[in-house]
Amino acid sequence: MNPTTVAWRAGWSRGLIELRQSLTNAGDLVNHFFWPSLMLITTFFLRDVSFGQSGFSLGTLVMPSILGMNAAMSMMTMSQQLTADREDGTLLRAKATPNGMVGYLLGKIVSVSGGLLVHLAIFLIPGMFLVSGLAIGDPGSWLTLSWVLALGLVATLPIGAVLGSAFVSARSQGLLTLPILGMIAISGIFYPLTVLPEWVQWIAQAFPIYWLGLGMRSALLPDSAVTVEIGESWRHLETIGVLGAWAVLGLLLAPIVLRRMARRESGSSVAERREKALQRIG
Amino acid sequence: MPGAEIPVSEEPADPSAAVARTPGREGVMRFGRVQPREKALHHPNHMKGETMATSEVVLDVDGLRMRYGTTDVLREVNFRAHHGEVLCLLGPNGAGKTTSIEIMEGFRLRSAGRVEVLGTDPAHADEHWRARVGIVLQSWRDHGKWRVRELLEHLGLYYTAYSTQSIKRPWNADQLVAAVGLTEQADKKVRMLSGGQRRRLDVAIGLVGRPELVFLDEPTAGLDPVARRGFHELVEGLAAAGETTILLTTHDLNEAEKLADRILVLDGGQIIADGTAAELARQIAGQDEVRWTRDGQSFRQSTTESTRLAFDLFKQYGEEIENLEVTRASLEDTYLSLVHQAESR
Repeated sequence: MNPTTVAWRAGWSRGLIELRQSLTNAGDLVNHFFWPSLMLITTFFLRDVSFGQSGFSLGTLVMPSILGMNAAMSMMTMSQQLTADREDGTLLRAKATPNGMVGYLLGKIVSVSGGLLVHLAIFLIPGMFLVSGLAIGDPGSWLTLSWVLALGLVATLPIGAVLGSAFVSARSQGLLTLPILGMIAISGIFYPLTVLPEWVQWIAQAFPIYWLGLGMRSALLPDSAVTVEIGESWRHLETIGVLGAWAVLGLLLAPIVLRRMARRESGSSVAERREKALQRIG
Repeated sequence: MPGAEIPVSEEPADPSAAVARTPGREGVMRFGRVQPREKALHHPNHMKGETMATSEVVLDVDGLRMRYGTTDVLREVNFRAHHGEVLCLLGPNGAGKTTSIEIMEGFRLRSAGRVEVLGTDPAHADEHWRARVGIVLQSWRDHGKWRVRELLEHLGLYYTAYSTQSIKRPWNADQLVAAVGLTEQADKKVRMLSGGQRRRLDVAIGLVGRPELVFLDEPTAGLDPVARRGFHELVEGLAAAGETTILLTTHDLNEAEKLADRILVLDGGQIIADGTAAELARQIAGQDEVRWTRDGQSFRQSTTESTRLAFDLFKQYGEEIENLEVTRASLEDTYLSLVHQAESR
């Protein structure tokens, strides 16, 4: 068999193994359930708060937005896992294996995407019973949800990999948290963007979080909810445009940055990081 | 030559030395040390090395230089390794052992010189070359959630495309687990393993693709004596099969002496010695010390021909010779004097 085919298969099975590990491990399971549960509680309290004259409860509007936010957050997961794997030598092992990097990356994409699907399900399934007014009976909704999700992953995972290569240690990853939280705050996830000043709206629209939220709302909310959005439109073309641009940027940058990062990996660089990490603990 | 104690000119030993000596115990210990070398002479690799003068060159390093800024870490490194050899790279901290090994692994770009590993320049090697080379990395906490057999099976997958008629890749995970003595831990998670078990797993990972050449950088650092012994047996077993060329670095001179067919001493960015432990000892410290008693008197003599001397003694005096003791110049003496010479140059 062709070595690349072999590596793709190995990567696929690597992703499934990692996914299974994270679903059968107490620590990871707590992680999987923690955020979706928190978000469910938030939604629960917002279910009876009505938003202006729209006739929709804030809970109904927030629910799909949170799905979009979670999808965008897979960028962070990717970034964190890549940094951690570089720090502890997982990546070096991949480098020492023929076509191991291909397998490693594919495995990461499979496990992060799979993990995301689990997160979405944990949130969405109980959520559908919590709030009313979602357009979940229409197959078209699920079709839109699927393509938005798929495009969102292509837009965010490569960028996540680029970010992951830029950080040296899992600790410095923490630096990302603050800007990301700020981004969520202005991205119309918990409150419609139209109530914010126009310049903030422009910043928000440059990043994928807003568009993933919008896309999810377009999928799961009835058409009458569109009045809440900018220009009173679901703007599917713009969604494809912005997410597509992020995808192209990520797919162009990621191979270059990843290759550069991998080239610098060696036994001594991992040993150096281990020394540093142990010093911090001790 | 009646009466004369020639061909060996012997001198009566220093009486104080004779008193301080405990021949029985020390003797046993010394000969104990010699044993591995004796065994090594009947080692299949040696036999092959002797019968096949032109065996395949697996590692060929010529004029290797590595410069960081204005500092030369490696100035002029030259050596070769032949198929099936066990090579040990010794040297003080900062001598450039790790740098050298990483250049050969293809993980670091050299500044100058020629390096050929399995006939290919590692700086431009492809994944097919990668499949023929095994690297034993020191694990830390990577793949902690993976189970031992599961990880080996997974990593083995990548090698299936590089299986050949003569070398079937990868190594069967169960057999490999058994070969490194981890059968009982096969279904354990990697993070549950002890330090020694983890190191065995590191070796197993390095071997899973049935490499023709294996690199081990300080494989026994931080291991307890039991784990270290286990590791030595593992490498000896691998070497005995004669299929794999092994290059390892270490600080442990006993380890080098025990495992290596040939020892390279790297210091100041150069190979300052290259040979078997015995050759190095002879080359540098030069002489073995032979002690014996005859007629209740102690004698001591330094010679490069200790076996010859003993033979002559018995031939001349027969049973009168007692407490014969041959002390080879130890590798430690040799090593220290080598490094000292190199650094005072």
